Amino acid sequence: MSSQVVNVVFAGLGGQGVLKASNILAQVAFASGKAVKKSELHGMSQRGGSVSSDVRFGEEVFSPMVPDGDADYLVVLTLEEVENNRRHLRREGVLVTPEAIAVDNLPHPRSLNIALLGVLSKHLPFSREAWLTAIRASLPEKVHEINVKAFDMGRSGQPTSADSPAMRG
Amino acid sequence: MTRSERCLLNGDEAVAQAAIDSGVALGTGYPGTPSTEILERFNELGGKAQWAPNEKVALEVALGAAYAGGRALVTMKHVGLNVAADPLFTAAYTGVTGALVVVSADDPGMASSQNEQDNRRYAVAAGIPMLEPADSQEAYDLTAEAIAISERWHIPVLMRMTTRVCHSQTIVQRRALPRPAAPPSWQRDIQGRVMIPAYARPAHGRLRRKLAEIAAWGEQSALHRELPGDDALGIITSGVAFMHVREAAPKARVLKLALTYPLPTDAIRRFVDSVQRCVVIEEGDPYLHESIRAAGAEVTGKPEMYRFGELNVARVRRILAGDTTPEAPPPRGKPPQLCSACPHRVTFAALSKLGCIVSGDIGCYTLGVLPPFEAMDTCVCMGASLGVGLGLRHVLPPDQARRVVSVIGDSTFVHSGITGLAEMVYNPPSTGHVVLILDNGTTAMTGLQEHPGTGRTLGHEATGKIVFEDLARSLGIPRVHTIDPATDPAGLERTLTECLASGDLCVIIARRPCILAAGHIKQYERQATAGSRGEGCKTEVTP
Repeated sequence: MSSQVVNVVFAGLGGQGVLKASNILAQVAFASGKAVKKSELHGMSQRGGSVSSDVRFGEEVFSPMVPDGDADYLVVLTLEEVENNRRHLRREGVLVTPEAIAVDNLPHPRSLNIALLGVLSKHLPFSREAWLTAIRASLPEKVHEINVKAFDMGRSGQPTSADSPAMRG
Repeated sequence: MTRSERCLLNGDEAVAQAAIDSGVALGTGYPGTPSTEILERFNELGGKAQWAPNEKVALEVALGAAYAGGRALVTMKHVGLNVAADPLFTAAYTGVTGALVVVSADDPGMASSQNEQDNRRYAVAAGIPMLEPADSQEAYDLTAEAIAISERWHIPVLMRMTTRVCHSQTIVQRRALPRPAAPPSWQRDIQGRVMIPAYARPAHGRLRRKLAEIAAWGEQSALHRELPGDDALGIITSGVAFMHVREAAPKARVLKLALTYPLPTDAIRRFVDSVQRCVVIEEGDPYLHESIRAAGAEVTGKPEMYRFGELNVARVRRILAGDTTPEAPPPRGKPPQLCSACPHRVTFAALSKLGCIVSGDIGCYTLGVLPPFEAMDTCVCMGASLGVGLGLRHVLPPDQARRVVSVIGDSTFVHSGITGLAEMVYNPPSTGHVVLILDNGTTAMTGLQEHPGTGRTLGHEATGKIVFEDLARSLGIPRVHTIDPATDPAGLERTLTECLASGDLCVIIARRPCILAAGHIKQYERQATAGSRGEGCKTEVTP
C-alpha cells in the first residue's frame, strides 16, 4: 500500500510554522478528494523545541505516522534540524530546506514555511489554485498577499542544490 | 457545513463536533495536552463550554448536569483523572439520569506529560464502560455511542483517547445524531444519589448488574470489527494501534475492539480459536493481554520493552516478529525552553543565584529545571510544590530548610495550590515558608487558556476573578508581596531574600503577563469594556 501513499514529513522549531505548513498540505490533499491523515506532536513544542508533523495521502491511509525511512518528502524549516530528521526520508526521497530559495528575498521572514510549501508543490499533483485556496483559508487576510508571493517564489524557483535529484536523500 | 459533509478534523475536534451534533448541554474540564482542544472547539461551535478550577470540580459539575437529565461532557488529560477519581468512583454507583461522558486523553510516550499512566485501568477500577477510538471518525461515532450507553444504562462512560488520536487529523463524515429525548428536569431520587452506606450497598449491586448487561450487549455489538484475513495470524487490538496493525500486517485476521470494558470475552475466545496464532497489540500497559488471558484464551502479548512509549508501524512489526533487540533511540532534537523574553527567566535567575531548594510544579515554568537555570529540585503533579515544600521544611536541618521555596504558576495555584496554602497556615514549619506564585495571567503551557485567576471565561469574556493577594491574606498569611519581575528584577531578588530570612509564612506574587498572551489579554480587556457598554444599551431599550 505504501506505493499508493505519499508521505511528507515537516520539521523545524516551535514558532516556525511547521504545523501550519502541514495543515495546509493536508487541506490541499483533502480538497482533492484523497484520503488524508496528518499527525503532530505539540504542547511543549510551542516553546522553541523541535517540532515535526507527518502528512500522508493516497487511496487509503492507515497509520497517521510516517514510518522511518518512508518519507517521500522531508521539508525542514531550519538547517539545524536536518540531521535530526533525516531518518524519516526514504533513499530516493526529496529533501526541501531553506537552501532551496533565496531566503533574503522572502517577502517576510515568517513566510518561510509557505515558500517551502511552494518548493514542495512542484513535486505534487495539485494545482496552484488549490494551494492558494488552502493558504488563504488557513491564514488571516492581512497576510494573504505576502504568503501568496512567498508561495510563488518557492514554486517558480529553479531547482537548486537542496532539492535537485543529485542531492536526494 | 451540512450534516452530510466530510471534514478533516483531529480527534479532539471530532469529539466536540459529535457533542454539538448530539445536543450536549454542558462541556467542562481543565486544560491539559492533548485534551485541551475539545472544549475550545465545543465553544467555537456554540456549545456551553467552561474551564473548571480542576478536574475534580469539572467532573462534579458535569455529574450535576447529568443528574439534572442533561448530556454532559467532561474532558481532561490522563493525570487529570487522578484528580477527578474521587467523584468518578462513586458516580459509578449513583449513575446518572442524562448522559455523562468522561474523556481521558492519555499520553503514551509522554510528549507533554509527567508520566504515561494507562487510564484503561480506571474503567476497571471504577466499574464504568470504556470506549477507545482509533481515529477521528471513531472519536465522532464513539462520542455518540458513549452518550447512548450512558443514557441507556444510566452510567458514566469513559472515552479513553491517546495523543495520536487527539492530535491526528483524519476525515470525519458527520451524520444526524440522536438529540436528547427530553429537556433537563429535576427528578428526586434520594436512595439513588445520596451515598450513605445503607444506600450505597444496593447501588454497588446495581452497578455490577449494569456492567453484566453491558457486557452481554457488547458481545453482539457492531462496535467491534472483525477484519477477514489469513488464519495463520490473528491480532486483537484497539485504539490507534489498530491503524499501525493494518499497515504492518495487512494479511492478518484482525479483531478490533472499541468497547474495551467490559470486554466481549466470548467473541474474543471465538476469534482466538479461529486462528493458529493470536497476538494482542496494544499501547501502554498489557491491559487487554492480561484480561484476555484471565478469560482463559491463549494469546501472546508484547515483550515488556514495548510497554514504554508509543507504538508505530515499525514497532508493531517488531512485536509480531518477537524482536527484542535494542531499538535505536531517536535523535534527541532541540528541547523546548522558556521564551527569550519570558518573565519567568528573571525569577529562575534569582532562585538560582540565591541557592534556593525549589519545590516546583507543572507548567511552562517547569522548564526552569533546564540549563542555564537548573533552578528546580522537585516536580511531581499539579499543586505538589506547596505540600512537598512544606514537608522539606519540616524535616530538613534549619540551615537547609530556610532555603526551600515552593514555586507554582497561577493556573496551577488555583487548580490545587490553595489547599496547600491552608496546610501552610495550619501546620507552619518552624522556619516559616516562602511560596512564589508565578502569575503570568494565563495557562500558558497548554496554549493560553483562561482560569479563575484571570477573571475571564473559556470564551475570554469577563467574569468573577480570584485575587491571589486577598486570598492569601484572608487565610492569615502575614507577608504577601506583589512584584513585576520584568520591571523590578532587583526588587524580586531583595524581597525573596528578605522573606527567606524572615522565618514567616510568605507569599510572593511575581506578576507579569506571558509574552505570548499579553497582546491577547489587552484585546480581551478592550472587548470587555466595549461589551459592557453594549449590554448597557441593550438594557436601555428593554422595557
